[in-house]
Amino acid sequence: MPEFFLPLLTPILVFGAIMSLVPMLVLGERRIAAAIQDRVGPNRVGPNGLFQPLADVVKLLFKEEIVPAGVDKWMYFLAPALAFLPAAFAFTTIPVGRGVQIADLNMGVLFAITVTSLGVYGISLGGWSSNNKFALLGGLRSNAQVISYEICMGLALIGVLMVSNFFYDVEAGQTAAVVSSGGIVELQSGSIFNWNIFKQPLGFLIFYIAAFAENNRLPFDLPECEAELVGGFHTEYSSMKFAMFFLGEYIAMVTMSALTVTLYLGGWDPGFSLPEGFLGTLISIGAFVVKVLILLFIYIWVRWTLPRFRYDQLMGLGWKVLIPLALFNIFITAVVCLLMG
Amino acid sequence: MTTSTASPPETQQTQAPTGEKKKSTGFKFKTYIPAVITGLWNTFKHILKLDGHKTFTLNYPEEKLPVKKGYRGEHRLKKDELGREKCVACFMCQTVCPSVCIRIIAEEAPWEDRDKRPAVFEIDMLRCIYCGMCEEACPCDAIELTETYNVVATNRHAKVYDKDRLLSN
Repeated sequence: MPEFFLPLLTPILVFGAIMSLVPMLVLGERRIAAAIQDRVGPNRVGPNGLFQPLADVVKLLFKEEIVPAGVDKWMYFLAPALAFLPAAFAFTTIPVGRGVQIADLNMGVLFAITVTSLGVYGISLGGWSSNNKFALLGGLRSNAQVISYEICMGLALIGVLMVSNFFYDVEAGQTAAVVSSGGIVELQSGSIFNWNIFKQPLGFLIFYIAAFAENNRLPFDLPECEAELVGGFHTEYSSMKFAMFFLGEYIAMVTMSALTVTLYLGGWDPGFSLPEGFLGTLISIGAFVVKVLILLFIYIWVRWTLPRFRYDQLMGLGWKVLIPLALFNIFITAVVCLLMG
Repeated sequence: MTTSTASPPETQQTQAPTGEKKKSTGFKFKTYIPAVITGLWNTFKHILKLDGHKTFTLNYPEEKLPVKKGYRGEHRLKKDELGREKCVACFMCQTVCPSVCIRIIAEEAPWEDRDKRPAVFEIDMLRCIYCGMCEEACPCDAIELTETYNVVATNRHAKVYDKDRLLSN
């Protein structure tokens, strides 16, 4: 009986944690935004506004569900689910603690990158099926943006894989390529200087910038773009379907942060050697959560600091700056690996 | 005199374009990163309330801004030391009122020192523009504007204040 339920326990705990993190993230975003703008933010519902997310959810559930005339019904209903599912799905391969991972796939990192970029289908289908020019433009922009930034993300990832496999070869004497996220974290554990951010500082910067663009967060939130596209792809969505898009965006943020932590910030490694047994696992989970929360704070912090990029600036940054930089990063990594090995 | 005033704008005009051009093509601007870090540090100071930043929000129902002297809020009818209304129903306020929101019906006063008193004294608060002319016109100092401003009602009739309401204000 317990042996049968044990594999189910990790997914339930992990997804439960993500789902309960999202409302707190929304509240955190509003409170941090308020602090940056010298306001107070929501502080009425419950102690210090802690129950504000509950109020938000109840409000969204009871709002009128409007389906505009002329929408493509099938895709219109499918899009919110598609926006929300891939982000949660990608979490399966991310090790949240020592030995705590839903599935340690061989090509875990590639899987995560691939699945997170599927999230753009929800956005572009939502924009396409809404029968609204603003929504369509938002969906199109999202496509263009994800395609451009996916490239530099992948190129930055190559640097990580090169570094991981280089040290893997030297230390373990093995030739098998490490593309599993669990393996990459294992290689970074032990000391804070094993973390890939110190081996790949440029790659980290590129990856993190591309992660912002992948998640449609400011300064790259062109698909939404309240100023010129009303609400972008979710202009025509209301009630719980809008909430699904919202949820998807925030879960994608959590997933991207977790992926960045896994690839560059040592995953669950707290920077010192962990004690054996259950205590060590708990500490590793704690370290992972703290790192993810710091990255999420940076997401929010950047959003309320920088203005939105213009469309041509966004494309220029992606194609003329980040992709050459990522290629340069690969080149430098290759040269250093050659010289050291 | 004329030369001294004419020269500063000229120098400003010649300096301004070059200064802005430098800003938009400089190394700091083009590489984004230093500018982004400057911006992030700026907002971080706001979060930690460094550099004399402070929260401007007033938690309204609990905290209120002090009302300025001479603020014109809701009306009040005054009473004299015997507890009678001071108003003698002279119709001065009704006459002077620019928005015609005061309605008075006089009756004979039961007291020795005056002839009339208001049987009905109504002010339509929705018509009132809170100009304070009634207060200025009143010969008996019987009506004045208080500092009360935050009064709500759930229907329009509740905003027509009668004599008792105005006396208790």
